[in-house]
Order: sequence, then C-alpha cells, then structure tokens
Amino acid sequence: MSDKSKSITNTQVSRRAVLAGGAALTASLFAPKHLRAADFPTEAVNTTGLAVTDDTVTIGILHSVTGTMAISETGSVQAEKLAIEQINAQGGILGRKIEYIQEDGASDWPTFAEKAKKLLVNDKVASVMGCWTSASRKAVLPVFEQYNGFLYYPTFYEGLEESPNVIYTGQEATQQIIAGLDWVAKEKGAKSFYLLGSDYIWPRTSNKIARKHIENFLDGAKVVGEEYYPLGHTQFNSVINKIRLKKPDVIYAIVVGGSNVAFYKQLKAAGIDMTKESPIVLTISVTEDEIRGIGGENIEGAYACMKYFQSLENENNAAFVSAFKEMWGDDMVIGDVTQAAYLGPWLWKAAVEKAGSFDVDKVRAATPGIELTSAPEGYVKVHENHHLWSKTRVGKAKLDGQYEVVFETADLVEPDPFPEGYQ
Amino acid sequence: MKRSFSSFMTRQDMVGFAILAVVIFVLLPISLDTFRLNLFGKYLTYAFVAIGLVLCWGAGGILSLGQGVFFGLGGYCMAMFLKLEASTPENTSIQSTPGIPDFMDWNQLTALPAWWEPFHSLAFALFAVVAVPVFFAFIIGVAMFRRRVGGVYFAIITQAFAAILTILIIGQQGYTGGVNGITDLRTLKGWDIRTDEAKEILYYVNGVMLFVVLFAAQFIRKSKLGRLLIAMRDQEDRVRFSGYDVAAFKIFVFCAGAAFAGIGGAMFTLQVGFMSPTLVGIVPSIEMVIFCAVGGRISILGAVYGALLVNWAKTTFSESFPELWLLGLGALFIAVVMVFPNGLAGVYSEHVAPRINRLFNKSAADMAGAKTPAE
Repeated sequence: MSDKSKSITNTQVSRRAVLAGGAALTASLFAPKHLRAADFPTEAVNTTGLAVTDDTVTIGILHSVTGTMAISETGSVQAEKLAIEQINAQGGILGRKIEYIQEDGASDWPTFAEKAKKLLVNDKVASVMGCWTSASRKAVLPVFEQYNGFLYYPTFYEGLEESPNVIYTGQEATQQIIAGLDWVAKEKGAKSFYLLGSDYIWPRTSNKIARKHIENFLDGAKVVGEEYYPLGHTQFNSVINKIRLKKPDVIYAIVVGGSNVAFYKQLKAAGIDMTKESPIVLTISVTEDEIRGIGGENIEGAYACMKYFQSLENENNAAFVSAFKEMWGDDMVIGDVTQAAYLGPWLWKAAVEKAGSFDVDKVRAATPGIELTSAPEGYVKVHENHHLWSKTRVGKAKLDGQYEVVFETADLVEPDPFPEGYQ
Repeated sequence: MKRSFSSFMTRQDMVGFAILAVVIFVLLPISLDTFRLNLFGKYLTYAFVAIGLVLCWGAGGILSLGQGVFFGLGGYCMAMFLKLEASTPENTSIQSTPGIPDFMDWNQLTALPAWWEPFHSLAFALFAVVAVPVFFAFIIGVAMFRRRVGGVYFAIITQAFAAILTILIIGQQGYTGGVNGITDLRTLKGWDIRTDEAKEILYYVNGVMLFVVLFAAQFIRKSKLGRLLIAMRDQEDRVRFSGYDVAAFKIFVFCAGAAFAGIGGAMFTLQVGFMSPTLVGIVPSIEMVIFCAVGGRISILGAVYGALLVNWAKTTFSESFPELWLLGLGALFIAVVMVFPNGLAGVYSEHVAPRINRLFNKSAADMAGAKTPAE
C-alpha cells in the first residue's frame, strides 16, 4: 500500500520537474494514466517465462563498451539508461520498475551473438536495447529469431531487412538519402555528384540508392564518380585529387569511423573550403559524435542528412538534452543514433502498455501504429514494417561542432526497407 | 582401448587424457545447461588451434601469429556449404535474384560465382575444411622454410597473411559477406543446427573430433618426427648437418597445425552459426597464441585447458564487469606469465604430477607392472 502512495507522489514530482524544465521527456501521453502492478498480475502479463516479477521487469542492454565501436555505442548506452531511469521515475511499465542487465559486445560480432543468447536464454530478458553496426545486428538476428527475443536497434542502416523480432528505431537508407538529395538538387541546383564511401554494406547500399535516385529522379543530374575505401583507411589524397579534376557539385560522403577524421582534415588541407560550398559536401555518416573526433574547424560548412540534430528546437528536445547532460555531463553531445536509442525503451513501454502484457508475441502485435508525441525528434510512429515514420532533416556543420538545421521534410517520411526501383 | 596406445603414451599422458575426457564428456555436460555447454563447445574449437600451436611453436619452435587464417578458412568452407543450403529459392524469394546467398544479392551479384558451386556438396566442403588451410599452409611453408625464414620474421609474415586475408574478405564482400561475415546458417543436410538438441550433439561431435586431433598430435610428438622437431627447435643447424631436410619437417608440422585449425574453424561455424572476418585477423590469431601460452606451450593437453580457461574467464569477467573486464583479463595474463611461465602445464608438471605419481607408485606399483610391461 505504501508502495502505491509513493508512486503517486512520484508522478506528481516528475510532472512538476518536467514543467520546471528538469527531468525529461514527458509525457503528456503517459504520465496521467499511472499504472499499478496490482492491476496486472504477473501470471497474466507474462505467460512465457520472461524475467518479470511483481515489481520489476528485466531488459538487456547489448552494446560495445570496449573495442573500436565503444566510442560510437557509448552514447546509445547512455541514452537507453536515461530513458530507463525516466520511465522508472514515472512508475515503470505496468507498475514494474525496469531493471537492466548490461552486456558488452566488445566490438566483436561472435561476442554479440554469444551475449544475445545469454540475455535471452539465461536471463530471460523481456526485450533488448542493442547493437550498432549492421554486422553485429546480422550476428544476433538468428538468435533473436530462434528464441523469440525482441530487439530495439538504434542505428541508421542500409535497410533490406524486416525481422519480426527487431524494431528499427533509426532510419533505413531511403529515409536518410532521398530527401537530402532532393534538397541539394532543388535548393543548391546541384547537377553532378561524386559518391564516396567506406567499403561495406551500408555505404554501398546507400550509394546504390543515391545513384538510382540521382540518375532516375533528379533532372539532368549525374554521378561522376563512385569509390570505396577499406574501413579504417586514412589516405584520401588520391580521391581528393580526382574530385578536384572532376569538379562535382556535390561530394556525397559515407565515410565512417576513424576514416572520417582523416578524410575531412585532408579535404580541408587540400584547399577545399566547405563553407564556400564549391563543391558542397553532403554526408549521411557524420553526427555530432563524429564531429568531436573530426574537429568543428575541419568540417564547418558541410551538410549532413539525419533525422535528428542536437540543436533541434522543440520542447521535447530541450528537456531531453538537459536531462542527458545532467545525467552524463555537460560536455556530452547527442548524435542522431543516440536519440534513436533513447526512443527504444519508450517505444517498448508504449507497446507493452498497449498490449497489456510483456509477452513478446503480444508486444509485437501491439507495436505497429505506436506513436510517440514526446520524442526529441518530434512525433514518430511505428510502421507495420517495424521501422519508424520520421522526418528527414539537413543540418549545416558549425565551428562549435553543432549542426544548424537548414531543412526538414514537411511530413514524416515513410520507411521503405525494400525500395522498389532502387534495387 | 586405451592400452593399445601405450606405445606412444606414458602412464602420465594416459591419466591426463582420461581426466580431460572425463571433464569434456562427463563433468561439463552434467554441470552446465545447454547454453553454457554450447559456449564451452565454442571455447573448445579454439583448442584445436592451440594444439596445432603446441606442435608448431612448443615443439617445433615455429611461432605462427596467423593461425586465425587457417581457423577462418576452415570455418568459411563450412559456412559456404551451410549458407548455400540456407539460400534456397523459397527462403530468398524476397531478393532480386532468388537462390543466391543474401549478401551477394545486396552486392548486386546476379549469379553464384563459379568457385562457390562445389560447396553445394557436403563431401567437398568437408574435404575443403582441411584441404584449403593445408594448401595455404603448404604454400606459405614452402615459401618461408625453404628460404630458411624463421623466428620473428616468420611470425611477422604470418601476421601479414592474417591482415591480407582479412582485407581480402572484407573487400570482396559480394563473394564473402564482407564485414558481416556469412550469417544466418540454419541446417546441415536438413538437420536444424540451431536447436538445443543439435547443440548438444554438436558439442559431443566437437569433443570426439578434439580427441582425434589430440591423438594425432600425441602421435606426432612421440614419433621420430616429434623428436626431430624438438631437436630442430633447440639446434636447427645440427639437425641439418645430420642430413635431415629441416624445411620439409617444418612444412609438415605447419600444415598439420593448419589442418587442426581448419577443423576447429568448421566446428566453430557449426556451433556458433556464423563465420566472420573478426575470427581471421591479427587479434584473434594472437589470442590463440595466448591460449596456448596460458596452457603451457609444451603440452597439448595444457593447450586445451588454456583455451577453456581464458575463454571462460573472458565470458565471466565480461558478464560481471562489462566495462572493466579487459583489465581483469590482462591482469590474468600478466599473473600467469610472471608466476607460471610454463602455463598451466607447468603448474601441473611441477606441482600436481609428482603427487599423482607418488599416489600411483604407492598404491598401484603392481598394477603398473602388470599392465605396462614396456615401462
């Protein structure tokens, strides 16, 4: 009983805090209807033996916190923990506090598979927030499908996938690419594009879609070059020379990880001043997180096409950014994927409450059509294909490492992981 | 059964083999659930590599930092077969070209490359699991040992091979699956390898294969060849001046190590359900040397325990301390090297074996006399 009164006060406190601009994502949607565990007996909401007790529910967090990917994935871990803490402060899910078991994928794909299996088989977690690279997702996918787990995957990725056991909270490739290309063609009158990327599935698939779109849908536009470099490559001088020779209007860059640092520094050193926009640099792989490594002075003036920028101006985002900084430190930056990771626990909460159950099958059935009005990126909705309807935005990199949002699509862009005409 | 091996096994060896058999076939299965057992099955696949390293490095003095190459080649051969079986036109109907592996379709390939075709056959794939690593080991061996490249130079060159193969696999993603590797393997000749039952069966198959490899390694060590290897490690020139073809012996033992690693790789693919370039490169290759060093590079049984211990520690530390586990593992290595330079096998032969011997001599002197008159 005391438990009940305590959680009611909690809600009030949390609403007040939100009004004060302190704690978080609110909740005009969730806070008012506060759910008590007593109304949802454990045996009714958990018929498949998941780790659900009368007052807790356990989920997994599976990212790399060691190894080369740690620098990228740490933001996702932080965002997920923040979301969990905020949900708990509001009284949890179906009256149950979320507890999490964190496992380290160690930037190693077999380890991801091992840990995913551990979380599902040993710990019986009700859902997992995790993975970052496509390779790690591909490695855990058979595990999730075999043991009927439920994964929230935060990264923008190449598409070509639609698993019943995964909710993709980032953009599939067309959501990130098409609107950005349309914008650069219309606003900047770009006609010639030089495609460039790190050599693996995501940049290749993305550039394939970009090329089809440029050649088939943009009037008179053409691709003047397309090149790939191994992951970790740091010598871009030869391609920069080719670019200067071909004089494209746009350098379309999908370089990832450490290569980014070398690429933008060398671009600048070669005398290509991105602020002059000749050529324009448009990327889909540099978030605020990467700029920290590249240095704002090396990328100032480049454009990035994402669904979220830390500088977005809306109430949800203001609350999210300040809560994130309060929890993890003032020098934190928040990139696109970090925000997408933050949506995971909230989307799961909404689906569980809609289903009135933690059972994976019921949560899956309840998931399409779930809406979040409280997302930092704005309103999002889950499509039947398990991806999110999101806006596409273009940001211009500034000296301080932030993006200035210069364009956003008027409507939400429909996710289309198997795009017709782009295969 | 065991007694027929007594010509190449001392009583101590037999005790060691028997204990390991009990551990693998009795203790682990009864004390672990299927998930953990499957993990130990995975650890044991690394033991295949470590055994090969004991022969090459511990006995022959050839330090290879590229054993991951052979592990990977074996694993990829197995994965190619399984992937083709999983890529039936019905399963892949969503692709623009149904019937080819999904990653080929993503990379705009429209037909199966010719060199993939033979991997429709299980017999060929099993043959390739051993033959491909041996073939590459033979080429490397001939190129290096005939020119008398040895020691640290050889180690560096094997590292280069590991790097080259990784880059090749990642770069040729249309043919190899790239960074993602070959994933989502389902059945072996219609038998679902993902079920708990299959995992247990595969664990035992893996155990049996491990013992086959252990016996082969024991045979090599106790044969004249094994003695020559040790002689070469200690005084290569003397062996050469005695008229032996040093390079041929080195090539042989290097190929044997590669074959073992290839078998381990194939067992890995079967039990884990995929293969990726992260198991081929420099880091896993060095890790495999560490398994061997922790186990004690002179003992083939020690290598098995080393692989088990290090990987078990890795899993346990990382589950308990997801952000600090690497430090714990590093401390373990430092401790082993400083306190027990000969690894687990050293601990065994210095502290445990004398006691067992005493026990035997006291209570079973007559038994030993009756059963192994050769001693």
